[in-house]
Amino acid sequence: MTEIRWHSRAGQGAVTGAKSLGDVVATTGKEVQAFALYGSAKRGAALRAYNRIDDEQILNHAKFMNPDFVLVIDPALAFTDNITEHEAEHTKYIITTHLSKEELLAGIPALAGKEERVYIVDCVQISLDTIGRSIPNAPMLGAFVKISGMFELDYFLDNMKRVLAKFPQKIIDGNMNAITRAYNEVK
Amino acid sequence: MAEKFDLQEREVWDGNYAASQALRQAQVDVVAAYPITPSTPIVENYGSYVANGYIDGEFVMVESEHAAMSGCVGASAAGGRVATATSSQGFALMTEVLYQASGMRLPIVLTVVNRALASPLNVRGDHSDMYLGRDSGWIQLDAFNAQEAYDMTLCAFKIGENHSVRLPVMVHQDGFITSHTAQNVYPLPDEVAYNFVGDFQPLDDMLDFSRPVTYGAQTEEDWHFEHKARQHKAIIDSRAVIEEVFAEFEKLSGRKYKRVESYMMEDAEVAIVALGTTVETAIVAARELREEGIKAGIVAPRCFRPFPYDAIREALENTKSVAVLDRSSPGGAMGALFNEVSAALYTTANRPLVTNFIYGLGGRDFSVAEAKRILKEQKAHAEAGHITTDIQQFSGLRGPKLGFFQTKRG
Repeated sequence: MTEIRWHSRAGQGAVTGAKSLGDVVATTGKEVQAFALYGSAKRGAALRAYNRIDDEQILNHAKFMNPDFVLVIDPALAFTDNITEHEAEHTKYIITTHLSKEELLAGIPALAGKEERVYIVDCVQISLDTIGRSIPNAPMLGAFVKISGMFELDYFLDNMKRVLAKFPQKIIDGNMNAITRAYNEVK
Repeated sequence: MAEKFDLQEREVWDGNYAASQALRQAQVDVVAAYPITPSTPIVENYGSYVANGYIDGEFVMVESEHAAMSGCVGASAAGGRVATATSSQGFALMTEVLYQASGMRLPIVLTVVNRALASPLNVRGDHSDMYLGRDSGWIQLDAFNAQEAYDMTLCAFKIGENHSVRLPVMVHQDGFITSHTAQNVYPLPDEVAYNFVGDFQPLDDMLDFSRPVTYGAQTEEDWHFEHKARQHKAIIDSRAVIEEVFAEFEKLSGRKYKRVESYMMEDAEVAIVALGTTVETAIVAARELREEGIKAGIVAPRCFRPFPYDAIREALENTKSVAVLDRSSPGGAMGALFNEVSAALYTTANRPLVTNFIYGLGGRDFSVAEAKRILKEQKAHAEAGHITTDIQQFSGLRGPKLGFFQTKRG
């Protein structure tokens, strides 16, 4: 079982990101779960979204998890939300930021000693450049594909095209570029 | 003729989407609905199918849930296949008309996305609305995940519309935990799903002008009791039809359903009885405890009404201690599921120990660890030969422990 927790603000697309990831993962024959903790949240409010991925049907419906991956798609939440909550010894963090890794880590004491499990990527800038709006979910998927090694990039891109099929070509192309750039830039 | 909807063999759907797809496939004649969180997407999705030409039937937007169910009653009495969706406060507002629908023996399907009842206002999942409907004369089927929300919705039409049943049917799923959680769902092709449900067979339809009938007549002490007795007999007797429909569905889908689901109960000494998603979370706990040598199992009413008094007894009679979990505030009583399970077990020779947990109100998380703790408590009761805790406890509550009533009786 792989468990993923997304930290986001309502409107940044974490719920869509989690569901898209689930959609693509399911095509590989795995069982998935994608859900969020929001309810009556307003645009801009902090929220968390979750994925579970397994070879067998996922029976655990609890929100509680010890995540294998923590994906932070809002730069400020890395500092203000409790991103290390219920972490495991192997939890990997992918954080969107315009800062250098050193600058970022200096501001988040909870990540001390976990430097080698922290990865950074500027999802906000990438989405501005490629999609034209700050929708950091798509780039985060690209970064996740790279760090998790769960898929080949091309396989993921092909399946994302299917997930996004209802959108205009321009949006699909923007998302493909966003995913590819983040895949290459995450470090 | 409705447009063809593009379906994959394996979809990633949340419970709301799954339910709305089942409504589309059943080719409902009339949906009269008013949206409310967390069931809004069922109505919203259905509305988009209508707008995009995937639906031949009528979609009536009304001004309240009372009007929604009233519209359903009218359309059903007229002789159509009818469905709607609601939750929580909307369900509460519908309640008056729920009794009308069942009393008139109208086979309406209501997909209920379970949510807490105010006050305090809360949009998340618990079973308050499902329990509010438990004496309303509707058949109540319970789904534990999105796949089952789809499967049970298809089965609901076939059960309720059967002429020997002719009763309305609710299909329950947990608000957010099922309704907004996307999981793998394996839908039937449109044609297979529709042929399973079958063409609607009207009975005493008001639009048959050659044979005028009355719906909703008044009966006082002369005949009211006989009507209610017949209605009760119909819902109790629907057990056989429910089993037939589940058997037929298994042939098509490979997915087997029973009025009471049992997991690892063959040799279980301790068990949890629950409804909704908690059932599956508890299965994970029971599996882990079995690795520690505790013979744990899980029992779950798939069919909350008619209450499976017979099948519950069979499922649990050889256990030593049973925890019954109620996700609804009992308001000064033991939990309803506890009371009904206890009553069934009182008639067994073995009479296992039975305790009650109130949990998960307003969407409070229920974890695998908590399910394990509850099962371990049952193990302690079994070893002591009597209940070693309060009989009713609150699980997952902040602050000091809350519990009531004790007994040393074995």
